[in-house]
Amino acid sequence: MKKQTIINITFGGIGGQGIIKASELLGWAALYDGYHVKKSEVHGMAQRGGSVESHVRFGGKIYSPLVGPEQADYLLCFHAEEHPRLKTFLKKDGVDLAGFLEKAQAIIENPRHLNTVLVGVLAAYLPIRNESWQKAMEVVFSPKIIEENRTVFEKGKALVRQ
Amino acid sequence: MAKKENLTKAFLSGNEALARGAWESGLKVAAAYPGTPSTEILESLALYPELDVQWSVNEKVAFEVTYGAAVGGVRSLFACKHVGLNVAMDPLMTASYAGVSAGFVVVVCDDPGMHSSQNEQDTRWVGPYAKVPILEPSSPSEAKEFVGQAFEISEKFDTPVIIRMTTRISHTKEDVDLGTRTDIAAKPLVKDWEKYVMVPRNARMRHEVVEKRQEKLVKLSEKSRLNKVELKNPSLGFITSGISYMYLKEQFPDASYLKLGMLYPFCDEKIKNFSKKVKKLCVVEELDLFIEEHVKALGIRKAKFKHPSFQLGELGPATIGDLVAGRPKNEKKLPARPPRLCPGCPHWSVFSVLKKLDLFVAGDIGCYTLGSLPPTSALHTCICMGAGVTFNEGVRRAHPEGKIVGVVGDSTFVHSGITGLINAVYNKAKGIVFILDNSTTAMTGGQNHPATGKTIRNEATKALDLPALCKACGVDNVDVIDPAGALKEFEELVKKRLDENTLSVIIAKHPCKLIK
Repeated sequence: MKKQTIINITFGGIGGQGIIKASELLGWAALYDGYHVKKSEVHGMAQRGGSVESHVRFGGKIYSPLVGPEQADYLLCFHAEEHPRLKTFLKKDGVDLAGFLEKAQAIIENPRHLNTVLVGVLAAYLPIRNESWQKAMEVVFSPKIIEENRTVFEKGKALVRQ
Repeated sequence: MAKKENLTKAFLSGNEALARGAWESGLKVAAAYPGTPSTEILESLALYPELDVQWSVNEKVAFEVTYGAAVGGVRSLFACKHVGLNVAMDPLMTASYAGVSAGFVVVVCDDPGMHSSQNEQDTRWVGPYAKVPILEPSSPSEAKEFVGQAFEISEKFDTPVIIRMTTRISHTKEDVDLGTRTDIAAKPLVKDWEKYVMVPRNARMRHEVVEKRQEKLVKLSEKSRLNKVELKNPSLGFITSGISYMYLKEQFPDASYLKLGMLYPFCDEKIKNFSKKVKKLCVVEELDLFIEEHVKALGIRKAKFKHPSFQLGELGPATIGDLVAGRPKNEKKLPARPPRLCPGCPHWSVFSVLKKLDLFVAGDIGCYTLGSLPPTSALHTCICMGAGVTFNEGVRRAHPEGKIVGVVGDSTFVHSGITGLINAVYNKAKGIVFILDNSTTAMTGGQNHPATGKTIRNEATKALDLPALCKACGVDNVDVIDPAGALKEFEELVKKRLDENTLSVIIAKHPCKLIK
C-alpha cells in the first residue's frame, strides 16, 4: 500500500520566483497519480521580494496542510539566503535538494524556468508517474509556455541522474 | 479552466472549492471587494459564465447588491475579508431581521497571523451579535460542502448565513470532488412591507421572529451533522473547529473529538454529553476564546483551555502540542525576509519626495503602506480603508500648521476615500491628498475597479474619471502627474501646493509594474 505513506515536501525562497506555481504543479501531479494531497503556503503581503514557503503533503489521509518542524522528507530551496530558515523543516534523514540550486541556475537561460527545473529535480525522487506530471503541466502552464517547461522539467530530472 | 470541467476531481483552494460549491448549489449573483485572503472566491466565480458577478465599489455595496438579489429571489453570495465585514455591518445587522427570499450566504475570511491585514479580529463573535448562524469548514472539501448547506439553512430558517473561513482554509489546496450544477428558477418578486421595510413597527415584530429563529437554530445545531462527535479513546477529548481540528488529528489521531462545523448557535447538549464521555477535555481554537467562554458558561469544570499567549496568531503543527499541554506558546522562528515594494514600483518615486520634504504622511491600505518600512519610512499612519484622506484632515485639526499630507490608492479612494474628500471640502480642510493611481487594485493581485474601466471579467465599462470627480467634490487644485517620469517637476508641484492655503489633490499616475 505505497499510496498510504505520506510524503512531505517544503518549497521555499522569495516572492516572484514561482514557488507557488512549483508546488501547484506537484499538487496536480499527485492528484492525477491518485493520491490525497494538500498544499499550503506562508508568505507576507508583498507580491515580490518577501520570504515565501509552500508545503505539499501527499499520500493516504492528510490532515494538516502544513509541514511541521523536522517533518519534511524533501526540501526544495529556491534562494540560498533562505536555506538556514527552511532547513528547520527538514527531517533528520530528509533529503535536502539545495545542492541542485546552483546547478539548476547554470543550465537555464530564462530565470523564470528555475521553478520548473527544480520541480524536475524533485520529480526524480518522487513516486509519481511521468504521465501524471505531463497532465499536471497541461493544467498549470498556458499552451504558450508549456513546451519550454516540458523541456526544462526533463533537464531538471537529468540533473539528478548525472 | 475549461479543461478542468471534464474532471471529477480538481486541486482547489478553499476559496475555489467554496466558489465551486456555490455554483453547484444554484448560485446566481455574487459580489465582493478584493481583500486577502478572500479575493479568489469572486475571481473563481467569474469563470462560470452563467453567474452574475461583480467587483463592487466596497463591501457595503457588495453586501447590499447581493442581499437585494436574495430578497429578490435568487441564491446570492457576498464575500469579504474580516475587516471588510466591518464596512458591511450596517446592512448585515438589519438583514438578520428582514431575512431572505432565496438563500443568502456571507463568506468572511479571517486572517489569524495577519499575513496581510491590519488586525486579527475574530468574526465568530458576529454570530451572537447579529444573531445569525455561523458555519466553519476545516478544509477546502468542507468549504465546498458547507456552502450548499448554508444556502439550505438560509432558506429554511429565513436568515443570512455566515461561513467563516481563515487564511489557512482559504489558501490551502486539496483534491476536491466535483459535482454538477443544479439550476434554480428565481422566486417571484413579492412586496412584503412588514418583512422588508424595517421601520420600528415592523422591526419590533421581526425582532420577535429573530429570537424564535434562534431557538430553532439551536435545535438544528444539536442534531446537525455539522457538529460531529468522533468517539475513540475516551481518555482524551477535544472540542475544536476549523483548521485546529486538522492539526489535532495529525498529532492525536486516537483521541475523541467534538468537531464544531456550526459555530453558532452552540449545541449545548452535544457539548455537555461529549464532556461526560471523555476523561480529559481540552478546548482548542485559534484566536479569541469564543468556544472557551461558552464552555465555561455551561459550567463544564473539567475542561482545560489554552494559555493566553495562544490568543495571538495562527496555530500550527509546531505549536499545537504546547497548547494541548497547557504551556505558553513557544515558537522558534528564524527571521523571515520582510515584504517590500517591488523593484521599479511607481510608489518609490512618490515616497522619495515625501521623505525628502520631511512630511507627516497619513497613509491608507494598499501596497503603498509598505512605504512605512525602513529605510523609506515615509508613511506614518495606517488604520483602515479611506483614512489616508480623513487623517490628513484629522491630524491637521490637531496641528493646523503642520507639514501634513495624505496618501490613498486609486482603488482605495473609490472604496471609501471619496466621502472623506467631500467632507474635507465641506469643512474647509487644507493640505494635499495624493491619489497614488497605479490603475489597479495591486496589493490583492491586480483587480479591476471603477476607474480602470473594466469589469471583473475584463469587459469594457464606463471608466470613472478621477480628476473630474475630485473637481466635482470642490477641491481647489487637481493635478495629474507621472512622478516616475518627471520626478523634479513632481517635487516642485508638491512644494508649490504645500505653500498654498488650499485643498489639493495630486493624482500620481503610473501603472503598476505587475499589470499586463
